[in-house]
Amino acid sequence: MKILVCVKQVPDLEGRFVPNAAGTWFDESGLAFRMNDYDEFAVEEAVGLRERLGGDAEVTALSIGPDRVVETLRKAMAMGCDRGVHVRDGAAAERDPWQVASMIAGYARSRGFELILTGMQSIDRGSAQVGVLVAELLGFACTTTAVGFSCDGSTATVERELEGGAKGVVRLKLPAVVTCQLGLNTPRYPTLPNILKAKKKELLVLAPGDVGLEAPLAAASGFCRHERSASCLVLEGGADDLAGRVVAELREKTAVLRRGGAR
Amino acid sequence: MKALLVAECRQGRLAGEYAELFGFARALGAATSLVLVGNPEELPGFDGRLHFADAREYGEYSPDVHKRLVLKAVEAEKPDLVVFMHSSYGWDLAPRVAAAMRAAQVSEVSGIGEGAFVTGCCNGKMRRTVRPLTPRAVLTLQPGAFPAGTPCGSPEIIPIGTSTETPVELLRYEPPAAEGIDLSRAEVVVSAGRGVGRREQVELVRALAEALGGEVGASRPVVDAGWLEHGRQVGSTGQTVAPALYVACGISGAIQHVAGMKGSGFVLAVNTDRDAPIGEVADLLVVADLAQFLPALILKLRV
Repeated sequence: MKILVCVKQVPDLEGRFVPNAAGTWFDESGLAFRMNDYDEFAVEEAVGLRERLGGDAEVTALSIGPDRVVETLRKAMAMGCDRGVHVRDGAAAERDPWQVASMIAGYARSRGFELILTGMQSIDRGSAQVGVLVAELLGFACTTTAVGFSCDGSTATVERELEGGAKGVVRLKLPAVVTCQLGLNTPRYPTLPNILKAKKKELLVLAPGDVGLEAPLAAASGFCRHERSASCLVLEGGADDLAGRVVAELREKTAVLRRGGAR
Repeated sequence: MKALLVAECRQGRLAGEYAELFGFARALGAATSLVLVGNPEELPGFDGRLHFADAREYGEYSPDVHKRLVLKAVEAEKPDLVVFMHSSYGWDLAPRVAAAMRAAQVSEVSGIGEGAFVTGCCNGKMRRTVRPLTPRAVLTLQPGAFPAGTPCGSPEIIPIGTSTETPVELLRYEPPAAEGIDLSRAEVVVSAGRGVGRREQVELVRALAEALGGEVGASRPVVDAGWLEHGRQVGSTGQTVAPALYVACGISGAIQHVAGMKGSGFVLAVNTDRDAPIGEVADLLVVADLAQFLPALILKLRV
């Protein structure tokens, strides 16, 4: 069974985001990058499934982006993926979901994948479109937001997370695309021997043109900080001083400290 | 401007958010029609055309079948926009419809620009404007971003149908895991987020809750990490709370969390990142390290 897992490299969101010159996305300088949180669960599920299936199951990890994404592919391989595919694309961050999906589908088409796993969304873009679009382009079955997953080689059974913590249990015929929600499993930490082994695994490098990049369907502009509510008071300073000011604020603006509630 | 709104049915009930779809259409000044695969006993009230299929025949979650049904309505209405809520139903179905229409999709729209739509990114910390380059577009709306409209009237019902063939089958629903604690009645909720950093620091959050006479809540990453039980999760996949005081400790303020606490009376956020999106719903943002600030605050409260 051939499994493809699609991983994106994203910035650490604690970083400070400054618009690029065109105002279409952020300037990358000074930001740290790592594997998209949701995709870690997809990698774990793919590798875990291969271990459960045994035999000739194999897992390919694919990532699209500039050279820095090789680090994320190496991490996926250190977690157990058998090989990596790097679609080297310096403009990946500016591509719309349709373009990203066109490249993934372009690579996957006619390569015999029976299962494609990916995160339900990325933490930076958050469109939640790419996985579903890949399925549509390939004519695969698809479901999203998996918090439970099993696969017998011809069907997959997925628990979908719904509003309010309810779940829908869904069965899909393979080939299929499943997008993974946080908490699906416990992603493993790569061990040192596996990190070393990953450096020797096969890494295929392709260009966007090799995998059928299509024209964009949407254009972005006006990247900026989300304004804080006008009424939000921001306090900075030493811990003791802050604590005193916060207690004063709570006394003035709430009733919770007035009824002898505080102990 | 014509908008085809896509309502949804969850376990036999018409999801109430359909009123937000009308609110959005009103903000845009668009003419509306609606499509629903749902329960004939639970029809939305509005004045216009309702393209309707019975969920008992077509399923509540059968995305390939629903895609074909929505496309029937698209064919009949020729809308400029097809609009879903950004829900487990909407984010699953919208890209399928968009791909079939070869139309741009803008996800989690929270505002309207000129021929474009405003959407959050970087976990709600930043935003940008996305302009569809295609003549028609598909949107999903961020829940709560547009005030609900007040549609009323009785629609003209237009039956739609398609084959029920699908490779995706809903077997059953499972109810939410039993909730241990009802946070919705708490006067004070003190929640721990990913920013607490380590399991031990959750104890500081617990101590603050105790000092304030409140309950401990959590954001999703803390529950996923096993630091607090699921029954304490606040947000769209956990509980919705509206205490007099909500204290967000190390919570960035992702939309999914904010959905569960934005009705709180007073929101105190403690975060090392002064740009964290929690500032958007907070009344007071303390920029500080929890390990230093929380003990100091607890001490002051006990005086």
